[in-house]
Amino acid sequence: MTFARNQWYVAAYGHEIGRELFGRTILGEPLVFYRSEETGEVVALADRCVHRRYPLSESRLEGDTIVCGYHGFTYDKTGTCVFVPGQARIPRTARVASYPVVEQDTFVWVWIGERDKADEALIPRAPWLADPAYTTVCGMEPLAARYELLVDNLMDLSHETYLHGGYIGTPEVANTPITTEVDEDNKVIYVSRHMADAACPPFYSKSTGIEGRITRWQDIEYHPPCLYLLHSRIAPVGVLPNEDGTDPDAFHVEVVYAITPETEHSTHDFWAVARDFALGDQEVSDFLRENNRTVVMQDVVALDILEQVIQKEPADYQELSVNIDTGGLAARRILKRMAAESDEPVKAARA
Amino acid sequence: MNDRVAMLRGNTVYRIHWELGTDVLIGVCHCGAEHESEDPIELWEWLLAHPEGHEPPAADRQPDQPPADQPPADREPVVDRQPVGAQA
Ligand SMILES: [Fe+2]
Ligand SMILES: [Zn+2]
Repeated sequence: MTFARNQWYVAAYGHEIGRELFGRTILGEPLVFYRSEETGEVVALADRCVHRRYPLSESRLEGDTIVCGYHGFTYDKTGTCVFVPGQARIPRTARVASYPVVEQDTFVWVWIGERDKADEALIPRAPWLADPAYTTVCGMEPLAARYELLVDNLMDLSHETYLHGGYIGTPEVANTPITTEVDEDNKVIYVSRHMADAACPPFYSKSTGIEGRITRWQDIEYHPPCLYLLHSRIAPVGVLPNEDGTDPDAFHVEVVYAITPETEHSTHDFWAVARDFALGDQEVSDFLRENNRTVVMQDVVALDILEQVIQKEPADYQELSVNIDTGGLAARRILKRMAAESDEPVKAARA
Repeated sequence: MNDRVAMLRGNTVYRIHWELGTDVLIGVCHCGAEHESEDPIELWEWLLAHPEGHEPPAADRQPDQPPADQPPADREPVVDRQPVGAQA
């Protein structure tokens, strides 16, 4: 398998990175992160000392340098070695790789691929997470399964009824038309489920004050490879967003996932739930956190099992795809193309 | 009455609508051509083969002419709405 390397990936939440060295593997590359004392910016370096491969994340931060915990090789923010124990000369090759980092929407995004292609403007947005008009709960679960399994899982919400029965499944879903769209130029996949007239679940009537029947939308907006958004919109029957995209009379829950491969067989499953009602209400926050974490863990358990099954079967196993897979198939195709594009320059360089 | 939803606004948007209460999927290309299938793999292949096999939806125009946002006048408009919170 090849990763789509020339893409931005979420490496961490901003609040995870401080003045402690923080190790995390992204796309098979062990990285070490810290926050600069001088600028407050996040630094990302390869997590192996060039000398004897000791993990820098198990070492010591001194100001804005890392002092290797084994022999004391010392690296600055750019990964350049500035001190070698017992000698004055620093070998020219004494440096560890550094990686472009952008902090945006509470996430730390990192670029593992070719440095000159790391354009910040390509990072997809999840503005709700840092917006004071929303209250957000979030977490991250390690997944012992390849990231494609999580993409498949999130692209088809019909599994809610079976895997998450009693948590997020709703009876109207079966009677809801589904539209799947692919924007080929902008590489966005959108799956709309718009229920024009549905019962209001008790949680929503209680936390929003809506009485009576509702218009309920559940729209997936996937920006491959990493960012997955689930726009959940609830409004009194017949109330639609304005032409300009504003939507003041509806209530919104924005569920955000960041899907970051750790290795070929494991994934960082970041999840966040932002809402624009019951702001700061601890009871509502606790409910949404517990509910979403439970749902995420149900998926994690199922996908960990599936990964074990897939590892034991022949590579050419034939799956069956049906109508509910329309969105997942679109996602797979774009991911495959992104991985192939990232592979080309590597092959060319080797040739 | 047409309840087809369209949320993305780009110039090269391919859509598949799942006809309610049936197993039928309807593929709609950005050129306006449509195709029905009960197999999503077959339908994506048809859509992405554009312009190959994509008949002009109306006699008075050629594929590729009108952008996706402006369906021909002789067809019912789709219910076109701005994605909530999406980037323009
Ligand atoms: Fe799930
Ligand atoms: Zn076409």
